[in-house]
Amino acid sequence: MKNEKKKILFGEFVTGAGLVRALEMGPGKVVAEVKASNLKGRGGAGFPTGLKWELTAKQESDEKFIICNADEGEPGTFKDRLLLMEQAEKVLEGMAIAGFAIGARQGFIYLRGEYVYLKKSLEDAIASMINRRFLGQNINKTDFSFEVEVRLGAGAYVCGEEFALISSMNGYRGEPRNKPPYPSEVGFRDKPTVVNNVETLCYVPYIVTKGAEWFKEHGTQASTGTKLFSVSGDVKHPGVYELELGITVNQLLAEVGGEGAKSVQVGGASGLNVAEKDFDKSICFEGLPPGGSIMVFNHQRDMLHVLKNFMEFFVEESCGQCTPCREGNYRLLEGVRMLEKGECSVRYLKELEALCDVMKDSSKCGLGQTAPNAFLSIVENFKTEILYR
Amino acid sequence: MATGTRAVTNELQEILLKYGKDRTQLLPILVEINNYFGHIDSNSIIEVSRYTGVPIGEIHGVITFYSFLGQKKRGKFVIRLCRTISCDIAGKEQIVRVLEKELGIRFGETTEDGMFSLEYTNCIGMCNNPPAMLINDKAYGGLTPERVVEILDSFKLSEYQDMFGYGGVK
Repeated sequence: MKNEKKKILFGEFVTGAGLVRALEMGPGKVVAEVKASNLKGRGGAGFPTGLKWELTAKQESDEKFIICNADEGEPGTFKDRLLLMEQAEKVLEGMAIAGFAIGARQGFIYLRGEYVYLKKSLEDAIASMINRRFLGQNINKTDFSFEVEVRLGAGAYVCGEEFALISSMNGYRGEPRNKPPYPSEVGFRDKPTVVNNVETLCYVPYIVTKGAEWFKEHGTQASTGTKLFSVSGDVKHPGVYELELGITVNQLLAEVGGEGAKSVQVGGASGLNVAEKDFDKSICFEGLPPGGSIMVFNHQRDMLHVLKNFMEFFVEESCGQCTPCREGNYRLLEGVRMLEKGECSVRYLKELEALCDVMKDSSKCGLGQTAPNAFLSIVENFKTEILYR
Repeated sequence: MATGTRAVTNELQEILLKYGKDRTQLLPILVEINNYFGHIDSNSIIEVSRYTGVPIGEIHGVITFYSFLGQKKRGKFVIRLCRTISCDIAGKEQIVRVLEKELGIRFGETTEDGMFSLEYTNCIGMCNNPPAMLINDKAYGGLTPERVVEILDSFKLSEYQDMFGYGGVK
């Protein structure tokens, strides 16, 4: 950690304290506390965690499941890798608390195939937690039992989308499906399921021990808490930073040694490109997308080259199930190739922008809905550079 | 040949027996077969179908969906170089040239001795230490041409040690 100020996740932590406290509070109070904290999902979509738990807790079912989404595939993101490497016990404790809150006895970590080297250490952490009775049968000598198993992905970005992840775990192609029903009703093995991001789960033990009010002291009113940012590209100090939500791009750049940047890609390939004129905007759920990926580009970088890289990514990772995403991304990439050769007219570029709107409105899942973001924002920020070459 | 096939079938059965028969075990089964044999051939697909009850066509559909699974045999060591932007702007192209030159193959190919396959992959979460690649289960970051050669040599050496015992060729 380059960040000097230890905030939440990289502050003090005693394994098991949150879980013991949760067991005293009872499921209802745990859900209420997480809901009151206004914790939002740290995977990118930002769905309120407490609400997700409440909806799943309400379901009557013989089985329920907790899935930790460790399919961290957004370009430029590596904060979950760091948490899984250095703070696996905290992730597992968050899962156990979530399981207790919604009435689940089984949890899974869906680990992306690219991170297979973390499987062994995660299984060691599970064993160590079982030894200390923070996982397994009769946790802390109560009636509550909770097991965790690691499941591997096999190289598919779209499986980070929760419906696709569940399809993958159910033994099908990792394709998203129409909603409703939501995973809170029909999830893994068609049972009520909560899917939470690695980082989201890590905040849970703190919220339970220190309370929702304490958590809300961090961040903004609508975006409570801190956030891990994965910083890469043209900066002096790439790495993972824990910063308060609501931080401006300028403040962030100063922190990481990225002054003098030409543009910053906030939120990964599916996020927004931010040019110098907008560096005073803040990163939070009501501002620039807080997915956590920060990629910095200096003035030597060709933004059309950057855009081409992103579009190649989406063409390859689109699952191909729905037409707007499958065809739309292909056409956008084709447009970028035309721009490269100086063959794209202003009129055609406008047509591509209209296509972006269609993709946003009619794609089935978040991949297709956010894939045009990079195209639209880079074209808008660097029209002259891109169009007249 | 016949005994060879039987040996493969026995190894396959051993893998299958580790797992339950319900559909949720399908991906873990396929991942293990793929990693063990370097690919999932038609015989394996038939056996997995028999074991799990999932139709052959659907198993085929699942295999083709995931980039790490394949029906074509890959090398013993699969090199996956990250091509996403943070690695790209940190000098990925130079690493591409070094890998192709040192191994004598292009991306998408496997060396004749079946040792190395070269592939591109999307972001592997090593953006703080680019350019980066995976070789089977391990990640390597901060690549330079010199380091790539060192890494390749270490894999070749480990192969000699497997074949001739510790210390390589005497």
